[in-house]
Amino acid sequence: MMNLTDLLTLLPESFLTAAICALLLLDLFVKPAQRNITHYCAIAILAVTAWLVFDGNAAPSAFGGMFVHDGVAQILKLSILLVSALVFVYARGYLRDRDLYVGEYYVLCLFAVLGMMFLVSAGNLVMIYLGLELLALSSYALVALQRDSGLSSEAAIKYFVLGALASGMLLYGMSMIYGATGTLDLTKIHAASVASAHPSLLLFGVVFVVVGLGFKFGAAPFHMWLPDVYQGAPTAVTVFIGSAPKLAAFGMAYRLLESGLGGVAPHWQQMLSVLAVASLAVGNIGAIAQSNLKRMLAYSTISHVGFLLLGLINGTPAGYAAAMFYAISYAVTATVAFGMIMLLARAGFEAEEIDDFKGLNQRAPWFAFIMSLTMFSLAGVPPLFGFYAKFLVLKAVVDADQLWLAVVAAVFAIVGIYYYLRVIKVMYFDPTAQGESHALHADAPMRWIISLNGLSLFALLAGWGTLYGWCARAFGIVQ
Amino acid sequence: MFANWPLLSLLIWLPIVGAVPVLLAGDRRPDRARWLSLLITVLTFLVSLAMLPPFDVANAAMQLQENHVWIPLLNVNYHLGVDGISVALILLTTFTTVLVIVGAWGSIDTRVNQYMAAMLVLEGLMIGVFCAMDALLFYVFFEGMLIPMFILIGVWGGARRVYATLKFFIYTFFGSIFMLVGLIYLYFKAGSFELSALQQVGLGAREQAWLFFAFLIAFAVKVPMWPVHTWLPDAHVEAPTGGSVILAAIMLKIGGYGFIRFSLPITPDASQEYAWVVIAMSLIAVVYIGYVALVQEDMKKLIAYSSIAHMGFVTLGIFIALALTRDLNNPLTARLGIQGAMVQMISHGFISGAMFSCVGVLYDRMHTRMIRDYGGVVNTMPRFATLFVFFAMANCGLPGTSGFVGEFWVILAAFAANPWVAAFAAFTLIIGAAYTLWLVKRVIFGEIGNDHVAKLQDLNGRETFVLVAFALAVLLFGLWPKPLSALMDAPIAHLVQQILTSKGA
Repeated sequence: MMNLTDLLTLLPESFLTAAICALLLLDLFVKPAQRNITHYCAIAILAVTAWLVFDGNAAPSAFGGMFVHDGVAQILKLSILLVSALVFVYARGYLRDRDLYVGEYYVLCLFAVLGMMFLVSAGNLVMIYLGLELLALSSYALVALQRDSGLSSEAAIKYFVLGALASGMLLYGMSMIYGATGTLDLTKIHAASVASAHPSLLLFGVVFVVVGLGFKFGAAPFHMWLPDVYQGAPTAVTVFIGSAPKLAAFGMAYRLLESGLGGVAPHWQQMLSVLAVASLAVGNIGAIAQSNLKRMLAYSTISHVGFLLLGLINGTPAGYAAAMFYAISYAVTATVAFGMIMLLARAGFEAEEIDDFKGLNQRAPWFAFIMSLTMFSLAGVPPLFGFYAKFLVLKAVVDADQLWLAVVAAVFAIVGIYYYLRVIKVMYFDPTAQGESHALHADAPMRWIISLNGLSLFALLAGWGTLYGWCARAFGIVQ
Repeated sequence: MFANWPLLSLLIWLPIVGAVPVLLAGDRRPDRARWLSLLITVLTFLVSLAMLPPFDVANAAMQLQENHVWIPLLNVNYHLGVDGISVALILLTTFTTVLVIVGAWGSIDTRVNQYMAAMLVLEGLMIGVFCAMDALLFYVFFEGMLIPMFILIGVWGGARRVYATLKFFIYTFFGSIFMLVGLIYLYFKAGSFELSALQQVGLGAREQAWLFFAFLIAFAVKVPMWPVHTWLPDAHVEAPTGGSVILAAIMLKIGGYGFIRFSLPITPDASQEYAWVVIAMSLIAVVYIGYVALVQEDMKKLIAYSSIAHMGFVTLGIFIALALTRDLNNPLTARLGIQGAMVQMISHGFISGAMFSCVGVLYDRMHTRMIRDYGGVVNTMPRFATLFVFFAMANCGLPGTSGFVGEFWVILAAFAANPWVAAFAAFTLIIGAAYTLWLVKRVIFGEIGNDHVAKLQDLNGRETFVLVAFALAVLLFGLWPKPLSALMDAPIAHLVQQILTSKGA
C-alpha cells in the first residue's frame, strides 16, 4: 500500500514532474522574445528540486523497494541537477544565435533529468528500464533538435537505432535474470545471485546487461555511436548528453551490477576490465587523429569511461567511491570543455574545430587560461581536479591487486596527454588565424559561471577531500 | 623572530599567489609586471634566508615542520619539512629565480606578465618539491611543475619550440606516472603517504626491484640520464634563456633529489643490487655524452649535453655510495660520495645557470646560437669574455671553482670503490676541458669573425649583475665549500645509516 512516507520520499521527483508539465504549458504563452522566462524558470526548477533532494526527510526506500533513497542516489542527483543547471546557463546564447531557443529544449532536458533521477534511485529492474528509456527518448529528440541540419538528423537516427538496440539487449538480459532468479527486485536478485550454485542462465543475463551498459556508457567496443552523435548534435545538446548522463550511467551500473548482481561479481568484473582496457585504447588513440574538438572530446569521453569502469572492477566500497568521484569530476570538467566551444561560437560560426582556438591567448587570455585548466584537468595533471579522480581510481585498481591494469591505465594516460596538450598548444603557441580577431559576445552570466566552473577545477585542490568524503560515506566507508 | 612563522608554506605560496597580481598587471604595462615579480622573488629569497637562523645544522631530522590534514579519509597530509639537503636546494632555487627574473628584463618583450607569472608559479612548485614530506604532495608539486615549464618553452621558445615542449612534457609525464603507481602500492603497504612511513615499511626483494625501477624511470628522465636524455637538448635549445636556466639549474636537480629521498631510503636493497646499472649509465653519460658535446655546433646544445655529463657525476656519486656502504663497509667514504654528488648539484646549478645566461646575452644581441656565427667576441665584449671564460673554467672543473669540489669528491669516493670506475669518471676532466675550451676558443678568441660581432655592445649593468652574482657563488663554494658540506652533512650521514640497514621483509 502506498503511504505518506512513500510519497514524501518521492517528493523531488514528483515536484519535478509537475513542474515540467507546468513549464510546458507556460512556454506556450511565452513569446519568443520572452524566452528568458522559460530559461530562468527551468533553472529555478532545478534549484528547487535540488533543495528537495538535499533537505527531504525521506525513508531509505519507498514503494516496496522500487525506489531507493540512499547517499549514493542523493549525491548523484545533486550532481546531475548542478551539471544540468550549468548546461542551461552555457547553452542560452548558443541556442539563441541558431533559432533553437525554444521551450522544447528545456522541457526535454528536464525530462531527461527526471529519467536520470529515477535511474539512480532504482531498486527494481523495471524502474531501471523506465528511467533509462525516459532519458534515452529525451536525448534522441534533443539530438534532432536542429531538424534542418543533415548532420544532426543523421546523428539522431544513428543514436536512436543503436540506442534502441542497446535497450533491447538490456531488456533481454533482464528477462534472463528474471528467469534465473524469479524476481525483479534488485535486493532479491542479489540474494539469489549469491545463493545460485550454477548460474549459467544468470550469467547469460549478465552478459547482455553488461553489453547494454557498455552501449549506454559508450565503452569500446560499443562506442560507435558516440563520436557521431557528439559531433552531429548541436553543441548545446552535446554538452548535456556528454555530462550528466555519465553520472546516471554510473548510478545504473552500480544499481544493476553491485546492488543486483553482486553475487556474480567476479564474472562481470572480468568483462568490465576487458571493456575498460578496450575503451582506454580506442578512446586515447582515436582522439589523436581528430581535428574536430567535439569529436576529440567524444573519444576522450570513451577513454574516461574506461577509467571509470576500472573503478567499478574493484568491487569494494572504496572502488565505487572512486568511480563516483571520477564520474562527478568528469561531468564537471566536460561541461566547461563543451561550454568553451559555445562561448567562442557565434551566429554562423561553430568554433568546434581545434583550429578555431588558434591564438585564443591573444584574443581572450582569461578564457584561454580557463580552457587550459580544463584540458590539464582532463589529462589528469596535478594539481587539477582530474588528477585526483585518476589517482583514486588507480588506487582502487592497485587495491584490487590488479597492478597490470594500473600500468595499462597509466600508459594510456600518457598517450592521452598528447591530444589535450595539442589544444593548449593551439591556444598558446599558435598565432591567431586571419580574420579571427572578433570579440567574444557571450552573455555575462555565462562568462562568470564558466569562469567559476573552470577555476573550481583548480580550487578543488583544497576541497576534493570533502567531496571524496561524501562519496565514501555514501558507500558506507566511515573514518 | 621567524621561528614561529610557517616559513615553508610562505616560501611555496608567496610566489604562487604573487603570480596573480603579476598576471593582472596586464599585457600593456610590462614594467609593472617586471618590478612586481622582482619584488616577489626578492622577498622569497629573503624568506628562504630567514630559514637559516632557526635551522639546526647538526640535526639530521626534518625541521621547520608543518603538518595539516589534507585528506583525512586517505591519511594524506599537507606535511612540509626540510633538512640540510632541502635547504641547500631551496636556497639555490630562490637565488637563481631572482637572477632569472632580472635576466629576463630585456630579453622578454611579449606577454611579459604571463612570462613572469609562469616563472613565479614554477618557483613555488619547485620549492614545494623540496619541502614535501608526503609522497602525494610531492607528486602534485613534481608534476605540477610541468605546466608552467610547458608554457614557458612553448610560448617564448625558439623555432622548434612546439616539438621541444611537447617532447619535454610527454617524456617527463611518462617517467613519473609509473612512480605514482609505485607510490600507491607503497601506500597500501605503509597505510599512508608519509615519507618517513614509506622509508620504514618492510619490502621483499621483488617488490623493491619493481619499485626501484619505477622510481628510476621517473628520476632518470628528470636528471636526465643516458639513454632517456634526448628531451633535454631539444628543450634547452628551444627554451627562452630564463627557461633554460631554471631547467638546468634547478629542475634537473629534482631528479637527483628524488634518488636521495625516494630510491635510496625506500628501496635500499634493490638500489644496491642494481647500483651497477645506474653506475654504468652514469659513466656512459660522463664519457659518451661528453664526446657528443664535442661535436655540437649550437652553443646551447653543447651546454645542454655538458649538463647531462655533469649530472652523470651526481648519479655516480649517489650510487657509488651503495657499493661503499654495503660491499666494502666504508660508510665514511660513502658519505663523501653523496656529499660530492650534492655539492656537484648545487655547483652545477650555478655554473650551468651562468653558462645559459651567457648564451642568452649573446643571443639577445645576435639572434643566433651557432658557434660559427661568432669569433673574437673578446675584442668587442671584454667584460663579457672575462666572465664567460671564468664560467667555462668552472665548467671544466678548475680547482678554485665550485665545479672542482664536487667532481673531486665523487672521483675520490669512486676510487675507493673501484679504481676503474674512477678512471672512467676522470675522463670527464679531459673531455669537459676539451669541449668547453674549444667552445671558448671558437666563440671568444681569435679574429673578429664578422661584421655583426664587430658591432657587439658589452654587458650592460643588469647583465653584469646577473653574471657577477653567479660568479661570486661559483667562487665562494669553490674556495670555501665548508658551509655547504656542513649544512648537508648530518642528513647525509643519516641517509648512509639508512641504506646500511636492509629492509628485507
